[in-house]
Amino acid sequence: MRSSVEKLAERGFLFGALLSTSITICILSFMFLFSLPLFKGGHIAQFLRLGWNPYEGRFGVLPMMVGTGIIASFAILIATPFGIGCSALISVFSQQNFGRLLRKLVEFMTGIPTVIYGFVAIFLLVPLVREIFQKGTGMCVLSASIMLALLILPTIVLFLSDAFNSVPKNYLDAADALGATPVQKLIYVIIPLAWKGIISGLVLAAGRAAGDTLISLMIAGNALQIPKGLSDAARTLTSHIALIIASDYESPEFKSIFVCGLILFVFTALIVLILRLLGYFQILRER
Amino acid sequence: MNRFVEYGITLFAWMAGIILIGAIGLLLSFLLHRGIPALSLSLIFEETRALDALLLRKEVFGGLFPAIVGTLLLIVTSIIWAIPVGVASGIYLGEYCNFRWKPFFNFLLDVLAGIPSILVGLFGFAVSVFLHRHLSDRIYPCFLISSLALACLVLPYIIRTTEQSLVNLPFSIKTTGLALGASKLQNILFILIPYNLSSIVSGIILAIGRCAEDTAVIMLTGVVAMAGIPSSLLGKYEALPFYIFYISSDYNSQEELMKGFGASIILLTICVFLFALSNILKRKVAIRFAIRI
Repeated sequence: MRSSVEKLAERGFLFGALLSTSITICILSFMFLFSLPLFKGGHIAQFLRLGWNPYEGRFGVLPMMVGTGIIASFAILIATPFGIGCSALISVFSQQNFGRLLRKLVEFMTGIPTVIYGFVAIFLLVPLVREIFQKGTGMCVLSASIMLALLILPTIVLFLSDAFNSVPKNYLDAADALGATPVQKLIYVIIPLAWKGIISGLVLAAGRAAGDTLISLMIAGNALQIPKGLSDAARTLTSHIALIIASDYESPEFKSIFVCGLILFVFTALIVLILRLLGYFQILRER
Repeated sequence: MNRFVEYGITLFAWMAGIILIGAIGLLLSFLLHRGIPALSLSLIFEETRALDALLLRKEVFGGLFPAIVGTLLLIVTSIIWAIPVGVASGIYLGEYCNFRWKPFFNFLLDVLAGIPSILVGLFGFAVSVFLHRHLSDRIYPCFLISSLALACLVLPYIIRTTEQSLVNLPFSIKTTGLALGASKLQNILFILIPYNLSSIVSGIILAIGRCAEDTAVIMLTGVVAMAGIPSSLLGKYEALPFYIFYISSDYNSQEELMKGFGASIILLTICVFLFALSNILKRKVAIRFAIRI
C-alpha cells in the first residue's frame, strides 16, 4: 500500500482516539458551562453548604451528597463480607463444582439490567422492609442499600477472585507443604498478598454504587432531607439529576443539577486516580 | 489458628455463596412467576394484528411493540456511531500510540468508562439545550441525541476490547506479516483485525447489551412513555427499560403492572441472550489461544 494511504489511515485512527477522549473533556466543560452562573454569582458555597428549601430560596445539594454517601457506604458495607466470602469460596474453598457454578452465576448477574433489579425490589424487598420498620413506605436507605449491594456484588466478587487467583502458585505450594489448611492459606498467604486487588475491587464497587441511578431513584424514596436513619427516605445526587431535569431551564433548581454533575465527575476522576495509584489498571492489563 | 475460628470462616464463606444464589434465584423466580402469565402476543401487539404491526401498516396502541422497536433502533443507531470511532481509537492505542501520550489517553478513557451513566445523559441533555439556543430551536432532546449519548457511554468498552485484543496477540502473529514485507497498515487490516475479529465482536456485543439495558441516559435525552414508533431522528421514542421504570412508578391497574412484568422478561431475555453470545465468542478466542500455546 502506498505510503500516503498509510499516513491517511494513521491520521484517521488518531482522529478517532482524539474524538473519543475529547468526550470526557466535553462532559467536564459542559458541566462547568452550565453551572457557571452559580460560580459567577458567588452562590457556590451556598449550594454546597445549605439544605434544600425552594420556599426560602435555598438550593443546597448537601442532602443529596449525604444521601449518596450513606446509601453507597451501606451498600459497600453489606456487599464486602459477602464478596470476600464468595470469592474465597470460588478461588480457595471450592474450586470445583460449587465454586464454578457460583462464578458462572456471578458473571450472569452482570448481564441483568439495573432497572429489573429495581422493579423486582419494589414488589419483593420494599414490602418486607416496610414490615420490619412498621412505618413509612418501605422506600428508604436500607432498601436501596441492600439492592445496590446486590448490584455491585458481581464487580467485587469477580475482581476479588481474580486477585486471589493471581497469587503465585509456589507461595500456595509452600503453604501446602507446611501443612496449612485452606483457611490458613486464605488468611496468612492469599489475603496479605492480594490486598491491593481487594482495595481496588472495593473502590471500583464504590464508584458503581455512587454512580447508579435507577435503584436509588426507584426505591430510596427521593425525599429532600438529610436521612437520619436507615428507615428514612433519601435522595442521591444521581436521582436528583433525573428528577429535576424536567423543570424550567432558567431556574436555580435546574442549575443545581449541573453542580451535582460536577461533583459526580470529580468523584469519578478521584476513583480513577486512586485505582491508578493502586496499580489496578496494570493488574487489568496484565491479565 | 483455633479450629472453631477455621470452621466459622469456612461456614461463613459457604453461607455467603448460598445466600447470593438464593437471592438471585428468588429475584428471578419471582419475576418469572409473575411475568410468564403476562406473556402473550397481545402483550406486544394489543388489538392490532401482528403482521400489520410488523409491516408498519397499522399503529400499535398500548402494546409493547413500539417500545421494543424503539430499543432495537436505538441499539442499532448507537452502535453505528460507536463502532468506527471505537475501533479506530482501539487500533490507534494498541498499535500507533507512543508511550509519551498513552497515559494521557488512558486516563481520559478510564474516566469516561467510570462516569455514571446519568452524567452522560445530562451531557446529552445539555448539548441539546445548547444546540436549541444557538443552532436551531427545532432541536429538543430526541432519538438522535439519545443514540449519540449512548454511543459515548459504550465507546470505552469497544476501545478497550479492541486495544486489548491487539496488545495481547502472540508476538509471532504480530510480526509474521511484517517479516513477509507487509506494511504496518496491511498488517493491521489483513492479519491482526481478522485474526482478532471474534474478540472485537464480543466487546461490541457487550456494548450492545449496555445500550439495551441503560435507562438513565435515555431518560434524560428524549425517551417518553407514549410515542409510537419513532418517525424521524429528531422525534421522541419509546424504549423497554424506560417503560419498565415508568410502569413501576406510575401504574394504575393490575393489568398495566402485568405489562411491566412482561416487559421485564422480554428485556431480560434480550440482555441474557447478548451476554451469552459475547461469552461464547470469548471462549472461542480463549480456546484458539490455548491450542496455539
